[in-house]
Amino acid sequence: MDAIILQILNGLDKGSAYALIALGLTLIFGTLGVVNFAHGALFMIGAFCAVTVSKFLTLSHTIIDDTQKDFLGNPLKVEVPYIYDIFGQATGDAIIDWAVPISILFAIPVMVFIGFAMERGLIKHFYKRPHADQILVTFGLAIVLQEIIKYFYGANPIPTPAPEAFRGSFDFGAAMGFDANTIIYPYWRLVYFAFSALIIGAVFAFLQFTTFGMVVRAGMADRETVGLLGINIDKRFTIMFGIAAAVAGLAGVMYAPINSPNYHMGMDFLVLSFVVVVVGGMGSLSGAVLAGFLLGILESFASMSAVLEALPGINQIIIYLVAIIILLTRPRGLMGRKGVMEE
Amino acid sequence: MSNSKLTRRGLIKTSALGGAGLALPTIFTAGRASAFTNEPTGDTVTLGFNVPQSGPYADEGADQLRAYQLAVEHLNGEGDGGMMNTFTSKALQGNGIMGKKVEFVSGDTQTKSDAARASAKSMIEKDGAVMITGGSSSGVAVAVQALCQEAGVIFMAGLTHANDTTGKDKRANGFRHFFNSYMSGAALAPVLVNNYGADRKAYHLTADYNWGYTTEEAVRSSTEALGWETVNTVLTPLTQTDFSSYIAPVLQSGADVLVLNHYGGNMVNSLTNAVQFGLRDKMVNGKQFEIVVPLYSELMARGAGANVKGIFGSQNWDWKLENQLGERYVGTNAFVQSFGTKYGFPPSQAAHTGYVQALLYADAVERAGSFNPCAVGEALKDFEFDGMGNGPTLYRGDDHQCFKDVVVVKGKENPENEFDLVEIVEVTPTEQVTYAPDHPQFAGGSLGTCNAGA
Repeated sequence: MDAIILQILNGLDKGSAYALIALGLTLIFGTLGVVNFAHGALFMIGAFCAVTVSKFLTLSHTIIDDTQKDFLGNPLKVEVPYIYDIFGQATGDAIIDWAVPISILFAIPVMVFIGFAMERGLIKHFYKRPHADQILVTFGLAIVLQEIIKYFYGANPIPTPAPEAFRGSFDFGAAMGFDANTIIYPYWRLVYFAFSALIIGAVFAFLQFTTFGMVVRAGMADRETVGLLGINIDKRFTIMFGIAAAVAGLAGVMYAPINSPNYHMGMDFLVLSFVVVVVGGMGSLSGAVLAGFLLGILESFASMSAVLEALPGINQIIIYLVAIIILLTRPRGLMGRKGVMEE
Repeated sequence: MSNSKLTRRGLIKTSALGGAGLALPTIFTAGRASAFTNEPTGDTVTLGFNVPQSGPYADEGADQLRAYQLAVEHLNGEGDGGMMNTFTSKALQGNGIMGKKVEFVSGDTQTKSDAARASAKSMIEKDGAVMITGGSSSGVAVAVQALCQEAGVIFMAGLTHANDTTGKDKRANGFRHFFNSYMSGAALAPVLVNNYGADRKAYHLTADYNWGYTTEEAVRSSTEALGWETVNTVLTPLTQTDFSSYIAPVLQSGADVLVLNHYGGNMVNSLTNAVQFGLRDKMVNGKQFEIVVPLYSELMARGAGANVKGIFGSQNWDWKLENQLGERYVGTNAFVQSFGTKYGFPPSQAAHTGYVQALLYADAVERAGSFNPCAVGEALKDFEFDGMGNGPTLYRGDDHQCFKDVVVVKGKENPENEFDLVEIVEVTPTEQVTYAPDHPQFAGGSLGTCNAGA
């Protein structure tokens, strides 16, 4: 029982990342009809927003400490962050410690801008082109963005820790009356799950309860009719692209402490997220979220030792296996609109 | 009216066939007049540095390439000479190799076997490289080693730690300076037992490829021989980025040690996840839970950040060896001084092994008096040397594996700077990590005979 609870927790967490990326993908596909293979790169750029803010907050000047030697035997150069000069060491350290949450403030405008620039500068030219062209151009863009990040930040992962207060793990087992150490879960992953739920809720509320959202939904259903009513639907869709980019970016920012950001992390998530979108149903926001969590939980269960002993290698194919079964029996996906991806 | 049957279509076909024939690999056809593949005839000689310049190990590749460039400078008599000053063999004079100026070409392995073979092939066929060196993974090293054997050039392996490189996949034209999984296990086990006790239960997470298997086997057999019990071994996909679903069940297994047979990004992520799950803060079976990383790299330690603190692992070499353990490791400071002055930071073990391999090849050519790979191979076989930073070393003729001391390190609790991430705990003497050439972990395969090509 405790093992099952543990893997459900794990699955929710993994599912959060899948769901957030898939949500953005679906927003873009639903509004603009574009299959955006650069979406994983947006997730990666979000994580590097956290890296950038961390690096900015730790920008230092050098002082020479004659009492110590460096690796060549020369007087040691000691790096002192500028933030110490401004706020003092204690406050400076606290600000550096909270770099990841602070990065959210930086990431939102940056990601919205990147989203706008991508849509206006490149993707709008591919609206009327086949999906294959869109996939090629966005995949190419993803590689370019990846290489730019690698050029500036290197190929190695860059540790970006969570604030001290959220390090360590919570013993659910002890709290729930099981043995201690049986169900433990890192605090930051709980924060990530809560944050994802908040973002998903906010996107749904925005689409459901605002006039802007209503128009966008109407445009998703019938773009031409909305346009004929004199509404500039293209402008709204561009804004939605920016929002989708911001959602992917925020998912990346908050993911940075879970696994050290590296330049190919977007690609690692991209294929799985597309499977999530297809399983959930192309164009269905709730389907993307549902499938994200479902596949996340299934993947976690498939990684359990008992399951692996019975079905070796199942952990590597479970998501694709489920995708095949669902698409064979229900080509439109779990919650997809009739007519999308089916005859 | 012409009787010619040459139609437009026929002409195109004939041209295509002719073109394909001309474009056939020239490995086995080029230089028939020479005694061996790519025999240098002018006043220069070309070496091929095949390192990952893109992909997840690009930083390790970049560091290795820096070291190779430094080696070329030193061989050509430029710079301060580095370890040529401390190397016990005095055959190298700083006038190139056999009087020929050393030039180099570089290729990108992308850490993929097929890409690595393609770039090595190109360097041999198009650039005339007489020796290939480098690599960042055992899969790449084994693939390129086999290609060099076919082509008739020497392969001086770079970063490859799997037993198979000098075990079942060994080749007469291939030579490895880097240590291997068996040596890591043999060096680590006694240190682990001394620090954590003989009554331990270990849980292994292992990267699902050749290097992972041999490392798990080596660490498992070494620790079990000293009393540890292995409670579970789980393979993890190489593409895995989040290891939480593999790490979460570890505490439920009754294990009190987690061994992460992971490298590169896998190791950074699995270690980060394990620390996040609070494994290091837990008491299990009345003991403090511990994590072990059999193969350390400075660049990986940098990626894992504070999570490496207090965690044991093994290394082929460390830039602090001579300062901390004295004259036995002479050559270390000469290399660090040379590399540090040129690049501004200390060299990694990837850089060190690459630099040493380049110098060892050049030295073997000088001693053999020939670039012929069979002569060079003979000069390297059972060659004993010192002054290259690892202490007295033997290039064993039976399997072309170097035998030297192995460094056991631990993530430093309070690093003074970004280069000071691990502390040297112990250096395991050569005798303790030496094994018979037919040891079960190295069984199968044979060196075969050297191939000079041409």
